[in-house]
Amino acid sequence: MTPVKSRRTWGIAGVVVIAAAFGWLLFGGLNENVVYFLTPAELLAKGTEGVDVPVRLGGQVKPGSVQWDERTLDLRFTVTDGSGDVAVHSTGAPPQMFRDGMGVVVEGRYGADGLFRSSALMVKHSNEYRAPQAGERPQDMYKTLFKETPK
Amino acid sequence: MGPLGRGSVLIGLAVTAIAMVLIPVAVRRGRKDWLAIGYAAVHTNLLLMTLAMVAMVIALVSHDFSVGYVAQVGSRATPLLYTVISLWGALEGSILLWGWVLAMYASAVIVINREREGNLVPYAAAVMMGVMLFFAILLAGPANPFHPVFPVPPDGPGPNPLLQNHWLMAVHPPLLYMGYVGMTVPFAFALGAMLAGEVAQDSWMLLVRRWMLVAWAFLGAAIIAGMWWSYEVLGWGGYWAWDPVENASLMPWLTATAYLHSAMVQERRGMLRLWNVNLVVGTFVLTILGTFLTRSGIISSVHAFTTGTIGYFFLTFIALVLVGTLMMVAGNSEQLRTTGRFDSPASRETVFLLNNLLLSAFTLIVLIGTLYPLIAEAVRGVKVSVGEPYFDRMSLPVLTLLLFLMGVGPALPWRRTPEGTLRSRLLVPAAGALAALLFALALGSRQPWALTAFACVGYALTATLREFAIGSAARRRAHGESWPVALGRLVGANPRRHGGYVSHIGVLLVATAIGASGGGRIERETTLQRGDTLRVGSHLVRLKGVFGRQEPQRYVIGATLEVLSRDGATIDTLAPRMNFYPSSDQPVPTPDVRSTLAGDLYANLQTFREDGTSATVKVISEPLVAWIWLGGGVVILGAMIGLFAPRKRAAEEAA
Repeated sequence: MTPVKSRRTWGIAGVVVIAAAFGWLLFGGLNENVVYFLTPAELLAKGTEGVDVPVRLGGQVKPGSVQWDERTLDLRFTVTDGSGDVAVHSTGAPPQMFRDGMGVVVEGRYGADGLFRSSALMVKHSNEYRAPQAGERPQDMYKTLFKETPK
Repeated sequence: MGPLGRGSVLIGLAVTAIAMVLIPVAVRRGRKDWLAIGYAAVHTNLLLMTLAMVAMVIALVSHDFSVGYVAQVGSRATPLLYTVISLWGALEGSILLWGWVLAMYASAVIVINREREGNLVPYAAAVMMGVMLFFAILLAGPANPFHPVFPVPPDGPGPNPLLQNHWLMAVHPPLLYMGYVGMTVPFAFALGAMLAGEVAQDSWMLLVRRWMLVAWAFLGAAIIAGMWWSYEVLGWGGYWAWDPVENASLMPWLTATAYLHSAMVQERRGMLRLWNVNLVVGTFVLTILGTFLTRSGIISSVHAFTTGTIGYFFLTFIALVLVGTLMMVAGNSEQLRTTGRFDSPASRETVFLLNNLLLSAFTLIVLIGTLYPLIAEAVRGVKVSVGEPYFDRMSLPVLTLLLFLMGVGPALPWRRTPEGTLRSRLLVPAAGALAALLFALALGSRQPWALTAFACVGYALTATLREFAIGSAARRRAHGESWPVALGRLVGANPRRHGGYVSHIGVLLVATAIGASGGGRIERETTLQRGDTLRVGSHLVRLKGVFGRQEPQRYVIGATLEVLSRDGATIDTLAPRMNFYPSSDQPVPTPDVRSTLAGDLYANLQTFREDGTSATVKVISEPLVAWIWLGGGVVILGAMIGLFAPRKRAAEEAA
């Protein structure tokens, strides 16, 4: 082999090795950090496979399940999709308009004890914003606050 | 206003098609008169797009709900500013804005580059009209903003609440479009050079670099403004979440940054020709991909405002551009051969090469992380998202190396480095690295990568400032100038290089601020009764009360927080709010920020008791955040210094 040719061969080999290492890192990083989007029924169906892996759990807030301690910020509620229920625990304030039956997405991990520990709680907006109905409007819900302050 | 706008769009479509066909035909036949008509068509298209824009703004301001777009985003109660800017609050209006900006760029290219001889500019204009045609078709069909509504509704829902809550919405989208659309110009020149058979000469690259710098500066400003908006509106105290749409704006900026560096290697050393053409094309495709991701709502994102069939149009367009351009590049690859060669690894071109590899790797990391959910759903049928740790962990080493190279590049000369000079040039900045390391340790940072990144920032900052210091000192000795005069003339003597260094300083400021605000962040969330205090780091705040207020377009509920000094005196008041818009059942968080150069105190109202006696608040202390926005300004300043370089000098330098 001429020097030029051998240098080129080495160059190509180097590029291949670097590209392979980079690809390996990339997909390793992806596999570790993929967050599955599941409904409660899908999560429960996974059994032990669904335990302690990052999950985004989407469903509705089960009516009557919300418990919040405003002092400790301890928030518990149940996410349901009709066929499965998962108890969720998180720390922090619930969104102001947190209501029974509303769509939520919670991100976190499902424990072997059957409790889903959430690190982030998002209210699920449907694609179009929904206008509040009578009784849900702020001027009806927070009458005292609007009356107290002179306009 | 509907018929005027609709008419302008449709005639604009016809005029665009005429220009696109007539200009290349005129060039082939050598008909100057036809070319003049073609150029006139380009300018006429700008006039028509401007008319359409004016018609839309008048329709919005006059609440003409017979116009479809106004009925969709307008409302009589919305304040004037937000009524005007709702122009880009939804799909159809933003495509209209895109078309108008593209028409402006096309006319500007013809006017500004009119003295360029040869067929490059005509072909570039024709390519731009080809891209324009795509957007004109969108405006005529699937994204028609002027479709008539009957019966005419008395009022509309108003813009998306998130978009009418902060003035930055008047800034971020126009900057973004100036940046995105501006990337069409380099793309058009690349194709134009191939069509005109001028691709083997490097002179077209000089034109491209200026336009790329314009678009790059706008896109960079848009990214910073978007971060700021996210910080001021979303209520979580952060500014970057690796959201698909944020990623979509970052990727073309990264490839454009790579190009701005590698173009210098082509200019000086005749290398990387093929690579540069691919960077230009790739950047353009990434802007279209970004718009596709934003506008099709295909990936769930805070930005996913719209859904519809428009995605298929974009996919078809992307496929056409990719296939067409790659075939052209392949056909021209003989002409894109490298003429120079590397002399020594210790040279500036090596650093630029590494810089390009790292920026490409970064782009690939972001691209794969962004598109992976689509691939997973298509191939494996599972719904997934890629978590932030992937992006953080993968990009941090790449970013750290890039920051380090920023310190190495300016120290190395082209071709090869003479023995001896290397050591002093590379060793002195190490003192800066040590200082930055100590600063980071003092801030409380203990993560190895964060500390390495800080050290690299210190290294690069010292190296860059040293360039200015050495250059100014030399001028002072040679010409007896005072320091400010010497510095000014140093920059003026080579504005492109020193503009670049100024941008580097901006990037280093942003990197420092991101590192410090993330690492030194203290966050507290708690429920306060009226009169209760909360300590966050060195700050003390007290809840004064909860208030309610009715405004024309919304209801507002807020908490009044007093910021206390050490002796208990009130030094400032923060009023984080929730804004309730009639079109949405969810309030829009509206945090309040006390910003100083040393750091921000950020307060968000999480929830409140209906009688107003208590409120749950999140209060965050974040050091140095303001330097992200300031550093962004410095990056733009550097680009402006580079852009206003005297033309003559730029040509000499290239020779």
